[in-house]
Amino acid sequence: MGIQINIAGNALIAKPDSEIDHHSAERMRGQIDTAFDNSSCRHIILDFSGVRFMDSSGIGMIIGRYKNAEKRGGRLALAGMSDDMGRIFHISGLAKIITRTATVEEAKEDFNAGRGSI
Amino acid sequence: MNRVSVAMDSKPENISFARVVVAGFIAPLDPSVDEVSDIKTAVSEAITNAIIHGYPQGENNNTQGTVRLSLTTSECRTITIQVADDGVGIADIDTAREPLFTTKAELERSGLGFTVMESFMDSVTVDSTPGQGTTITLAKTLASPE
Repeated sequence: MGIQINIAGNALIAKPDSEIDHHSAERMRGQIDTAFDNSSCRHIILDFSGVRFMDSSGIGMIIGRYKNAEKRGGRLALAGMSDDMGRIFHISGLAKIITRTATVEEAKEDFNAGRGSI
Repeated sequence: MNRVSVAMDSKPENISFARVVVAGFIAPLDPSVDEVSDIKTAVSEAITNAIIHGYPQGENNNTQGTVRLSLTTSECRTITIQVADDGVGIADIDTAREPLFTTKAELERSGLGFTVMESFMDSVTVDSTPGQGTTITLAKTLASPE
């Protein structure tokens, strides 16, 4: 259980590799927030391509990071989320405000095309 | 017909254990991938609620209790799951079930636990007495195997 964190330009890329529930989300958010606070990044990309399970704790984790990016005038994108987890994502209503892309590269391109460049 | 009961401490690390138990329990019925995912997710929500709401952390951070997970299958492929705690109970069940309602915003709880359970299961029943505990009963009938 863990999370890989990388920085690409103005975006912090966090890739959780475990199941996301209340227990793991708490640890993940701590690691992401520490890395984000110690960086000058504006955007956050959550790379969900390695996540096999997520319950509503993941939604809370996503909303929290979305708020953190917004505080710096940035945005949050979700990359590689499977259709299975996409169902919870849609129930939450987050699809209206958070960009979902197939890959991290697409998320970067989306930021470049949008209001915040990477 | 089959039955399994597991009693566990109200520790967050037991949430994933509960998912493994329920997935193993229903496996002989040859459920679809979506059905397994739905049931695991609903159980994850119910166990999480029991742990963080049934036994809220006190100032000394050591409030803990027992969460009981009871699983039953019927001849007609209906899975019935009960998640019971002896915790603080729910004073207003209707409000607790409202989408986005949460008393634990500081823990980044989204208030979607019951909404997810209701979306992924056929029925969700809440039985709670303040000061005595809460029992959530989830049921889902699996489709016939192909």
